[in-house]
Amino acid sequence: MSRLRLQGLACAVLEPVSLQVEPGECVAVHGPSGSGKSLLLRALADLDPHPGEVLLDNEAQSRTPPCQWRQWVGLLPAESGWWSEHVGDHFSGEPAAELAALGLGSECLDWSVPRLSSGERQRLGLARLLAGRPWALLLDEPTANLDAANAARVETLIAGYRRTHAAPVIWVSHDLSQRRRIAERHYRIADRRLIEDVG
Amino acid sequence: MSVIALTPLDLGVAAALVVALALLSHRLDLGLERRMLVAALRSIVQLSLLGLVLKVLFAQQHPGLIGLLAMIMLGVAGYEVMARQQRRLKGPWGMGIGTLSMFLSSFSVTLLALTVIVGPEPWYTPQYLIPLLGMLLGNTMNGIAISLDQLTRAAWQQRQLIEARLLLGQDWHQAINPLRRDALRSGLIPIVNAMSTAGLVSLPGMMTGQILGGSPPMEAAKYQIMILFLIAAGTGFGAITALWIGSRRLFDERQRLRLDRLSTAKPG
Repeated sequence: MSRLRLQGLACAVLEPVSLQVEPGECVAVHGPSGSGKSLLLRALADLDPHPGEVLLDNEAQSRTPPCQWRQWVGLLPAESGWWSEHVGDHFSGEPAAELAALGLGSECLDWSVPRLSSGERQRLGLARLLAGRPWALLLDEPTANLDAANAARVETLIAGYRRTHAAPVIWVSHDLSQRRRIAERHYRIADRRLIEDVG
Repeated sequence: MSVIALTPLDLGVAAALVVALALLSHRLDLGLERRMLVAALRSIVQLSLLGLVLKVLFAQQHPGLIGLLAMIMLGVAGYEVMARQQRRLKGPWGMGIGTLSMFLSSFSVTLLALTVIVGPEPWYTPQYLIPLLGMLLGNTMNGIAISLDQLTRAAWQQRQLIEARLLLGQDWHQAINPLRRDALRSGLIPIVNAMSTAGLVSLPGMMTGQILGGSPPMEAAKYQIMILFLIAAGTGFGAITALWIGSRRLFDERQRLRLDRLSTAKPG
């Protein structure tokens, strides 16, 4: 159970952001491309140098070893990276439950990475992330390459994960109806600022 | 048997071949003629100068002068390593990494060869020191330049893969190690090939020189074996040093991949 707090976190194209996401809460973010949504998530995962601090409960990003921090705040980038020939080489632990929830069988661990479709890559990327049991989830367009049925599977899986693990979620999505389904609070990026959408 | 001296006419015949090649390149519009002629002129000037310098050096046997020449050779090699990289580390690192790793590997291997293996009196006798150092620097320079170029280019291209590893909680060593291994392999392939084909396909330069200079073939072979081993060790240790410093520099203290520390690609 953890609370995610951003304190004056900034990135190249954004003014400092302060935001609190409660355990199990989902915050949706949208904004024009290039407005800094992905950069904000990268700063949260400490992939880029940035001013400001992030806290997960009482653990501060700047005082946590970087590998540990990145395991805690699970970032799913828009494009997932695959460095080995077989899908299974990228997994630690047993992801059977996640795979099943995403409509994939365990045999997909034997698949060859170059033959994956973009939708398969996206779902496998999510399964790989969740198998590491992160405390929080930072999702960058996790259903961008998926058809409606698979997008619904992803939404259900994430909803279950944040309930079970009381994980705070920041979800970047272009899709208004999706944002309404998944999130309690809504933000947009405009004029270099993160602004709450009310109503 | 003593060396048959080459007359200017002899060199002229060899030079005429290069000129003919440049002419052909011009006719075929290959665009190589300028670079070819400039390189040929450079080799005339540089080697003649080296001949003059070595003549003085061999006569004087002054340790200071020998040290100075060694430093100049190292500086030029360091610059070459930097210049051959498409994306190099910005700032003093660009030249520093190559120069430092060549200094550590070439100089120490040369020193070892002179004091323990060959053992001339005194150990810095320039007839031994300068050719050995030159041979080692030239080869480690190639290995280090290839390795570093491969590392920085691969890091640039495979950013997504490296960051995917970091995001899953791997440390920078794990994230960069496959790239480092590939880079090291590329850097060491030339010397491994040279060792395995030596004597079968090619007669290595040093052995050729010694045989032309009148040494007994078996002596020339022994020297060549020693040189190949020294080069392999120097290139390997040098490339590993360069790759370890270089890959460390690609990440910062928070283990972020910092591609902004690389310069933008040169055209071509």
